[in-house]
Amino acid sequence: MILGQPAHQFIMAVLWAAIRAGTPLLFGTLGEIYAERSGVLNLGVEGMMIMGAVTGFGVTLATGNIWLGVALAALAGGLLALVHALLSVTLRANQVVSGLALTMFGLGMSGLLGKRYVGTPLPCRLRAAPIPMLEDIPFLGPILFQHDPLVYLSLFLVPLLWFVLSKTKAGISIRSVGEAPATADALGVNVFLVRYLCVFLGGLLAGLGGAYLSVVYAPAWIEGMTAGAGWIVIALTIFAMWSPTRALLGACLFGGVKVLQYRLQPPPPEGLGISPNLLAMLPFIFTIIVLLAGTGEVIRKRIGAPSALGIPYAREEK
Amino acid sequence: MAERQGWGEVVVSMRGIVKRFPGVLANDHVDLEVRAGEIHALLGENGAGKTTLMNILYGIYQLDEGEIYVKGKRVTIRSPRDAIELGIGMVHQHFMLVYPHTVAENIVLGLSSADFLFPLRRVKGKITDFSERYGLKVSPEAKIWQLSAGEQQRVEIIKALYRGADLLILDEPTSMLAPGEVEDLFTTLRRMAEGGRAIVFITHKLDEVMAISDRVTVLRQGKAVATVEKSRTNKQDLTRMMVGREVLFLLPRKPVEKGVIVLEVEALHALNDKGLPALKDLSFTVHGGEILGIAGVAGNGQRELVEVITGLRQATKGKVILLGKDITNSSPREIIGRGVAHIPEERIRTGLVPNMSVAENLILKAYRSSPCSQRLFLNYAFIGQHAERLISDYEIVTPSKDAPAKLLSGGNIQKLILARETSEEPVLIVAAHPTYGLDVGATGRIRHLLLEQSARGAAILLVSEDLEEIMTMSDRIAVMFEGRIAGIVDTAKAGVEEIGAMMVGARKEQERGY
Amino acid sequence: MRVRVEKRSTLSRWMTISAPILSLALALLVIALVFWGYGISPLLAYKRIFMGAFGSPYGLSETMVKATPLMICGVGLALAFKALVWNIGAEGQLLMGAVAATWVALYLLPDAPAAVLLPCMFMAGFLGGAIWGLIPGILKAKLRANEVITSLMMVYIASELVNYLVYGPWKGPGEWGFPYTTKFPPSAQLPRLLGTRIHYPTLILALLLAVLVYVLVMRTKLGYEIRVTGENPEAARYAGMSYFKTVVLVMLISGGLAGLAGVGEVAGIHHRLRYPQGISPGYGFTAIIVAWLGRLNPLAVILTSLLFGGLLVGGDAIQVALGLPVATINLFNGVILFFVLGGELLTRYKIALERRRED
Repeated sequence: MILGQPAHQFIMAVLWAAIRAGTPLLFGTLGEIYAERSGVLNLGVEGMMIMGAVTGFGVTLATGNIWLGVALAALAGGLLALVHALLSVTLRANQVVSGLALTMFGLGMSGLLGKRYVGTPLPCRLRAAPIPMLEDIPFLGPILFQHDPLVYLSLFLVPLLWFVLSKTKAGISIRSVGEAPATADALGVNVFLVRYLCVFLGGLLAGLGGAYLSVVYAPAWIEGMTAGAGWIVIALTIFAMWSPTRALLGACLFGGVKVLQYRLQPPPPEGLGISPNLLAMLPFIFTIIVLLAGTGEVIRKRIGAPSALGIPYAREEK
Repeated sequence: MAERQGWGEVVVSMRGIVKRFPGVLANDHVDLEVRAGEIHALLGENGAGKTTLMNILYGIYQLDEGEIYVKGKRVTIRSPRDAIELGIGMVHQHFMLVYPHTVAENIVLGLSSADFLFPLRRVKGKITDFSERYGLKVSPEAKIWQLSAGEQQRVEIIKALYRGADLLILDEPTSMLAPGEVEDLFTTLRRMAEGGRAIVFITHKLDEVMAISDRVTVLRQGKAVATVEKSRTNKQDLTRMMVGREVLFLLPRKPVEKGVIVLEVEALHALNDKGLPALKDLSFTVHGGEILGIAGVAGNGQRELVEVITGLRQATKGKVILLGKDITNSSPREIIGRGVAHIPEERIRTGLVPNMSVAENLILKAYRSSPCSQRLFLNYAFIGQHAERLISDYEIVTPSKDAPAKLLSGGNIQKLILARETSEEPVLIVAAHPTYGLDVGATGRIRHLLLEQSARGAAILLVSEDLEEIMTMSDRIAVMFEGRIAGIVDTAKAGVEEIGAMMVGARKEQERGY
Repeated sequence: MRVRVEKRSTLSRWMTISAPILSLALALLVIALVFWGYGISPLLAYKRIFMGAFGSPYGLSETMVKATPLMICGVGLALAFKALVWNIGAEGQLLMGAVAATWVALYLLPDAPAAVLLPCMFMAGFLGGAIWGLIPGILKAKLRANEVITSLMMVYIASELVNYLVYGPWKGPGEWGFPYTTKFPPSAQLPRLLGTRIHYPTLILALLLAVLVYVLVMRTKLGYEIRVTGENPEAARYAGMSYFKTVVLVMLISGGLAGLAGVGEVAGIHHRLRYPQGISPGYGFTAIIVAWLGRLNPLAVILTSLLFGGLLVGGDAIQVALGLPVATINLFNGVILFFVLGGELLTRYKIALERRRED
């Protein structure tokens, strides 16, 4: 028995919740992997996620259509990402400062836009869509196949994005642009276009992740509700060693930490009665640990970050 | 060797090309004409404008004035993609390869005809085909960083051929190769020329021009001086065209009185960045007043050796002893303090802080002790005087001592570095490729400065890829191959063939005493 | 017509000075648009901001109040950024300084006289912030961990720690359910300038520190090492400079300075420890822009911190009057930083228009 429940039931429930809680992070990480693989460090993920959250919430509230809300949320994230691309790729600005500026902007703008939504409930919900045969598989079934469509989307994107990156011509171009942009340029690859597209994709997915939070997971609008998720995405990208498949592992681990945070809070026998504030530190401490683990492994295995990551590319420099 | 038949029609014609960069006119109304089936050498010193001209042809730079004709038609080449479509291929001096990727992935990159899904499948067969036809053996699955320089160059050539290059430009292709590999390359080039392709061969080495080319165009300071047929010229004429004056070829150096042993390297082992052994059981000595040249093809451990001696890399086994004191794995700071000067291979990346002033760059090593500083504070009055003195002593051309160092030309940056490193009378100078990329005038001055230091009694370890430089400057030569010393010879007694053989792995035969 | 971005051959002096001003102006324009989109007259908003910040003695004094922590943090960040150490965690270091000072005031030496207590609080605050900054510093120097993430995560951790303390073990017995500690004893309260909230010892300290750090950077050996490390870390290594030492020292100092700012806030303004947003409405983050706008020059930071102090005061004024959410300041910050960044690029690059060749 764990915390008042039979062990296997507890574990299954936690894993199910972990996948769900990790979904926004998974979206964000998958996007950031593409951006960083093409050589652009996008620190504005937090801003893009929160803009996605507020847009998704607002549009869903206004139209009653969740899918429209989610789509426009992705677009909002993408547009903000294009600004970052403009600064970092075309104008070759310092990518750290540019990302920070966008995060601040996103946090502020979303607060402004979302003011009227505070406390307003959504008229519609995204229902879970259990998959008929697969959900009956013992143990794994209920964990993987009783989620809402957006979770399925995130899970589906993992092998898809992995495939594009490893097994297609576009993937070779993206990876080459991130490792050796001058070489790719000399062979006729449009470095700027590839980077813009990857950063844009990163923004789309970040916006999507944010929308999931506000429209499905919570669902509600609270100012600053991403609470650092964007920064966690960046740590997870390193932990994932820039591979979409490993990103899934990272997101689930993280989701698990978040779930435990809520599970341990109530007083015994259901929880451990630890102060909610101390528990709230867990995700952030965990992020540091994850970052150290990822960085350490990167150094040991000598599989590095894309060589040109964070370095602006210019063709004619003398 | 049978003379190749007359060359075909004009493949590429460049007329009146002008290219300006901030502060310098790189190409000054240059004309160039290349025909099918010929090997056309583009000769000139460093900075003459050869690479710039070819970069314009290949679409990396845009011309400011002039016209380009390919197969008789006027064209505009805005990017390498355009050049490739016109049948122009280029093999750069510093290979443009993606090192973590495989050979196949590198060849497929940017290839419009490749499949979108699983693009590598079809490509692998064709690669093998090219390999056999031109003697360019490579394995499509190998990762680039695992290949030797010669093999990497083959990948570059296949890349160009795969894209249907009728004209192949090679920029200083032998700079990374051992003498034997150069012969292989020349064979490949001749086969390609016989097949009707045009080849442009950028070089500053006269021997190569005389060996391989059909025609030569000489560039000097941005202008095209002349185009001649190789059979109607000689090294003397070419030198005069290249430099504008007669230049005495450097005579080998007179033997010098050897002092005490300054540097002793004993059974040294070290790893490279990938964790593989880079130095294997290395041993040698350098005496005061002596210049020991380290010859060898790049990538055989020279860089790691320099880094271990200067404290920038850990030795895993063995010892480095300076004037009797064991300095193995000491910190760079201690080693600097003991009088070891280091002229780095990458001047600007390692040896300079480009945005800081010349004066502040000159104290990069000396700033810790008086009179540059006292306890916590730097003495800027002294630093200024110090800079003025060095600028005049070493003839560093700079707008002022406070000008940012990045404004200086390559030769003056090297003079700054030399000034800084030698003004404190070091006991050992480790000089890595000190004249790389400099024009003849600057090269001469730098060598002269090094010889002065040697006369003063400093021990000098000279690492260079320029065999001619090693042979004219060194007293003894140690050849490195795959992390070991293949042999140490007295310069006076050694021949190029012997050294060349060692560079590709032959070990020095025991001296038979004569 | 084609637009190309190319590097300038020489830094235009004129541009170096006018670019920040131009960027600021453009930023204000964009913010004006946001106001307009929100249904507020931009002119009215700006007038209110300006008057609120500089139009009255009260406004001016409040500007000084807000400028003080910005100045101290900004100076520390200018130092860190110069070495290319991205200390984004100043906010957390500030909070930990506040925590340390509170501990000294309420639990360690509650009965000590002011002459002893106040300096001890400042020292403890410096230490608290320094340790908080040291952790990301060591992680970066030793393990190459990205300091942006680590220092930022420490902000969240510090924030939760403060929450834990004020809702939990340090909750004032007399204050039911409200998230603050008991009031500091009078000996732990900084003196204020006549009738205002300006806790002048901290302000004087801030000005002194700006000068000190400027001297440090430009005239000392350590400063030289910091500048070389920031400009070219490879050359720094080649010259025998210890990367570890430089990074750790820089994080220690900038963390400690942020900690001092935290002491100023609890000892000078609030006289107690409160929930995190009550101690600092993002000073540590705004200080990033303060430092950047001042081009990492500690003396210029004095000016930019006054400017942003005014902006914060003005922002408060219109927030209440026009019903804008607290996060609006983030919006300002983001837009300004964005344009400052863009403007800075214009000093290094120029946009060249060229006619396409006819053929």
